[in-house]
Amino acid sequence: MEIKVVRKVLAVNEQMAAQNRQLFAEKGVFTLNLMSSPGSGKTMLLEKTLGRLLPRVPTGVIVGDICTTNDAVRLARSGAPVVQINTDAFGGDCHLAAHVVREAAEDLDLAAIDLLIIENVGNLVCPAEFDIGEDLRGVVLSVTEGEDKPLKYPLMFRVCNFALLNKIDLLPHLQFDKERAIANIRAINPGLPIFEISAQTEEGFAPWLAWLEERVREKQQTNRQPEETGNGR
Amino acid sequence: MHEMGIVLQIIETARAAIPPQLQGIQVKALNLRIGKLTAVVPESLRFCFNIARQDTVLAGASLRIEEVPIEAACRDCGERSIIETPPFTCSRCGGGDLAILSGRELIVTSLELADP
Repeated sequence: MEIKVVRKVLAVNEQMAAQNRQLFAEKGVFTLNLMSSPGSGKTMLLEKTLGRLLPRVPTGVIVGDICTTNDAVRLARSGAPVVQINTDAFGGDCHLAAHVVREAAEDLDLAAIDLLIIENVGNLVCPAEFDIGEDLRGVVLSVTEGEDKPLKYPLMFRVCNFALLNKIDLLPHLQFDKERAIANIRAINPGLPIFEISAQTEEGFAPWLAWLEERVREKQQTNRQPEETGNGR
Repeated sequence: MHEMGIVLQIIETARAAIPPQLQGIQVKALNLRIGKLTAVVPESLRFCFNIARQDTVLAGASLRIEEVPIEAACRDCGERSIIETPPFTCSRCGGGDLAILSGRELIVTSLELADP
């Protein structure tokens, strides 16, 4: 006897992600899911980013790692509210799932922040598959990695809305072919905005932060509009 | 890398699909559709399934995986192409502005139950 099922295996995660998205919209929080391989410089990038955004853009951080609270300790020095998720409590997962982000978000005062940055577990495979209710997905590729990473992990580069090419201060010392790396990203996702930056020197930060702030403001404006027409303010 | 978690979801999805009056009947086969652009490796999925199915109604079930190709439609010329490997470009005009039509599936399509 055959039983028709036709059910998405990740349906539970997708429902939870939709609930997260609704919660973030209600609280007017723009959410960025930042992904990369381990060691691409995500945490330093966030330290420097928080240093430049705060206090102008109130920002909270959820940071995912399999083990340790080292990243949260580093990021909390910026003064931003930080929640660490250790996925070993959830079975050593290699990615953040929507329900885990939800639990972490409940430990943040969402009304007090405009931007929530979620530093995903360092991994170019699994996080690409799991919607967590974010507005924007970004991937960090550092110039100490191979130029062919986008071709090896096409799903990640396909699902992201922008890419950061990090550690460009090291280019003079490396054989890294930047143009080839960019061509490889474009081969997977032709229109993807790519920002060349160095978290170490903060070179290239101005354009990408301006772009990010514009996304945050866009969401706030779409959120406020119905309220303004509703109560006549 | 996360195939075990996905296998547990698959088993839960399958169990939930069996009507109450048929609970306890062994599943003979489980049919899945997995897109080629999904971060799931069929061999790893089978390996994890063989471990996780023990002591469930799927203990004797075979896993039938239908791989779904990556099909894309070109937004410039309208051509539909099957993409085997990167880059993601249109097979007719070479353009890169593609809408992915299939390849992200991860679906339990049906179960086959043993005779009661």
